[in-house]
Parts: sequence; C-alpha cells; structure tokens
Amino acid sequence: MSAVLALQVDGLSVTHAAADGARTVVSDVSFSLPRGRILGIAGESGCGKTQLLLALLGLSPPGAQVGGSALLSGQQLVGADRRVLRRLRGNRIAMVFQDPMTALNPYLTIGTQLAEVLQVHRGLSKSQALLHSQRMLEAVGIDAPARRLRQHPHELSGGMRQRVLLAMALLCEPDVLLADEPTTALDVTVQAQILDLLLDLRERLGMAVVLVTHDMGVLAQVADDVAVMHAGVLVEQGPVQQLFDAPQSTATQSLLAAARQLSPTAQGLV
Amino acid sequence: MNSAPLPRWSLLLLLTIVVLAVVVPWISPWNYYTPSWDELDLEPTFVNGHWLGTDDLGRDLLVRLMWGCRISLLVAVAASLTSLFIGVLWGATAGYAGGRVDAWLMRTVDVLYAVPFIPFVIVLTVLFGRNIVLLFVAIGAVSWLDTARIVRGQTLALRQREFITAARVGGMSAAQIVRRHVLPNLAGIVAVYLTLTIPTVILVEAFLGYLGLGAQAPLTSLGVMIADGAAQLRSRPRLLICPALLLALLVLCCNRVGDALRDRFDPASGGGA
Repeated sequence: MSAVLALQVDGLSVTHAAADGARTVVSDVSFSLPRGRILGIAGESGCGKTQLLLALLGLSPPGAQVGGSALLSGQQLVGADRRVLRRLRGNRIAMVFQDPMTALNPYLTIGTQLAEVLQVHRGLSKSQALLHSQRMLEAVGIDAPARRLRQHPHELSGGMRQRVLLAMALLCEPDVLLADEPTTALDVTVQAQILDLLLDLRERLGMAVVLVTHDMGVLAQVADDVAVMHAGVLVEQGPVQQLFDAPQSTATQSLLAAARQLSPTAQGLV
Repeated sequence: MNSAPLPRWSLLLLLTIVVLAVVVPWISPWNYYTPSWDELDLEPTFVNGHWLGTDDLGRDLLVRLMWGCRISLLVAVAASLTSLFIGVLWGATAGYAGGRVDAWLMRTVDVLYAVPFIPFVIVLTVLFGRNIVLLFVAIGAVSWLDTARIVRGQTLALRQREFITAARVGGMSAAQIVRRHVLPNLAGIVAVYLTLTIPTVILVEAFLGYLGLGAQAPLTSLGVMIADGAAQLRSRPRLLICPALLLALLVLCCNRVGDALRDRFDPASGGGA
C-alpha cells in the first residue's frame, strides 16, 4: 500500500429493508483511491452507484443497513457519529450533483449559499465567507464573480450553475470530491468545459475524485482508473486503458458497445 | 416575477377601508359608546354630521362601523398571525423530521381537529368571561391546524428536492436546513395562505359575534353589528345593511388579493420563482 490513500473502501454494502425482506443494493464493494487520482465508476441506471456515494456520506435513507468499512484519510465513515459526519461533509468530503437546476435553492442568492458552507465549517463571518466564495468562483472560471454572488440561481445558465456547484463543493478544499453524473444534464460543449475544469482543479488542489457516470466517453476523457458496477457489485476495475482495451466482464463490454453504437465513427474511445 | 397583475381595485379598496377604520373614529366628534337621547335613530344626513345616521341609542353609525371594522381586522390579523406562527413551526418540524416525530405531531393535529369549535369557544367564555383576547386564542387555536397540514405537505415535497440533499452533503444540521432552506421556500405559500386565512377569520369572528360570543358591548365588531342590525331589520334596515355591506366588501377584497397572490406563487401558472 503506497503513500496516503484519500479514500479506502473495504467490503462496503448497503441493504434496504423492503416489504418482502431485505434488499442489498450495494454489495461488498472495495476500492482504494490515492490522492490526486480520478476513479470513474460506471454502470447502468439503478446499479447502486448513487447509493454507494450516499453511503460514503452517511446519507443512506433511514432504515438502511450499511456494513463494511470506508476510510477517509484514515477516518472511519461507516457507523461514525452524526456530528462527526456533519463536520466531515462539505469539509473533507464533498459532492457535486447531477442536476444543477435543482441542487441550488431557488430562493437564496448564490453568495448566500456559497458563504453558508464556509460559515458552518470555517466559522468565517459572512463578509469573509463571501470574499472567499468570490475567489472560488473565479477559480472555476466564472466571470464577474462579484456580480454572480448577488444573483439567484435562475439568472445563471446550466453550465454556470454546475460551476457554482463545483465551487461550492471545493470551498473547503476537500480530500475527496464525489461527482454524481456531473455532466449528464449539460450539453456537449459545456460538458467538455466542466470536465477540463475538473482535471485542472484536481491538478491544482491534489484532491481525489470519484466520478460516477454511465457515459464511457466521459470516463475515457478524464478517469485514471475505472470500476464497473453491475447490480450492486463491482464486477471489474483497473486502469482506464486496460479496461477499455480488454474488457473482461459482460457488463463492461455492453457499456462500451452502447457507447460505440451512439458514436459509430469513434471506434476507439481512448 | 411575471404573471397576472394584482387586482388593483381590490387592493386599493382594502387599503381605503383600513385607513378609514383607523382615521374616522380618530377625527370624528363622536365616540362609539356614548348614547345620545336627543339623537335617537337619525336618518343619514350631512346637516348634523351623522353621515350614516345614528343607531337606536343615538350613537353615530359611521363611527361604530369603523370601530367594528377595527376590531374585526384586529382579531383577523392577530389570529391569523398566531395560527401562522404555530402552524408553520409545527408543520415544518413534522415534515422535515419525518418518521415518529411526524406521526406524533400530526396525530395531535388530527385529535385537535375533532374538538368541536363552537362548544370549545363557549367553554372558554364560561371559564374566562367574554374577552377580546379570548377571541384571538380561540380562533388561532383552531385555524393553525390547516396551516400545519399545508406546511407539512410542502415540507415533505421540499425535503425530496436536491438542494436539501446538497445542504446535507454540505454538512448543515437539520435546524440550519429548516431555517435557511425550508422556511424561505415556504414563504410564498405561507403569504398566500395568510391572505386567505384573514377573510375566513373575519367571517368566523362575525359568526361568533352573531351568536353573542364576540366583542362585549359597548365595543362592537362587524359581526356584532350585523347581529344587532338583523334584529331591527324591519324598522331600521340601514343598521344591518351598512355593516353587512362592509363585511362583504372586506372579505371579497381579501379573497381577491389572496387568489392573485396564489396564482403568482404557483409555478404551474407560470409565475413565481
């Protein structure tokens, strides 16, 4: 085991109580993620990707059983005290959501929403927090950040909102960034910009990223390693090149086939 | 904010009534409680200054009408605010906490719904005597139940929204989320509900007044005046017509404004944030 692992997950499983007994949605998932690397998790809809992320954040729905272990820079996340988790969330581990249209509160200004993260975790005053937020907006490539802080979410375009969400997640410079389909709701050009931004920020801040998506094209662009998930189980994982060149499992093969079908001209995705 | 304009005339009329209710008793040479044996039952006239005439005890009808209006509005606003305060806190807590807390809070509401209103008010008056504060308490205690249900429903819907999850991921506590993310999002529907509660409360107060459970004489309210006027419908119809007309106007204007606000905040009708 090398250097510092930002995230080490061991035998993580999530079980929901259902009317007809228990239902396991994430089963015995293990992976490790060093600092500064991007792990892509791919899989079809409903395979448990989002449940995995929520379990890492301690936000599994009430009644869910979470087992196994997940270490965030050595700190156990599974079964941790609620207060401990609350201090970690948004601070050492953060998340970017799929839909930038709904992940911002429509009634509050961008500035208020960004600042409150810093007020909660860093104990900054509102004006200090706003200043810091403005610098972060600049860092994610938003022009006229001072003006944006005073605007409401509906005044921003989709791509800009996703940048705001990214800025929000990065405010406390987390060790690990979880990105749940961060580009799915965006059009292709904006998608490319956001992915470039993600790569650039990873470089500058040295954080580890877990990128969840069902789009193999996206993974080919940015991921270092890829894990493929199917029915709650990680069926295959490895460096991106290896996985794309010689997919072992049928799940991986079908995901790749689907990507090729959508863009027949791009034979080799990597 | 784009959408249907507010009903300007209703708003203007409402404002006029409120201003008159405040100003008229102030500048009028008469008061609402001193009977005058020389001026019993005057017809409306500009000559002696009794613009709407006097009632059967010689008191100026306009001044009494405006006092009644004051009391009705006061009861309405105070009771609505009370019900709003309790209802929003109760409903938001139940909706956001969910599970067992939700069940207990809302079953309490269900139980309170089953308390019959009129006997409840009668018991209160028997215990505490007739008192204007009692009216606030009685009406407020009953009308917060609806508010609580509506707010809970809205909160349940809000809780599923992604920005609430985003706030949790950001490390906010439940109390912080309710205060900073849930309550502001409820502001629209609560404002609408307030404007729709006020006319209801005015009517309930009038109803209680009609039953003799309202304001204590010589103080009056629109409901009490209507009750008194109805008794003398044959001989002095204006004692009924004036307060009834004012009550109808007041309720109509409030409802119109409330409806317009609702349309404005309803995302389905293309308004609101």
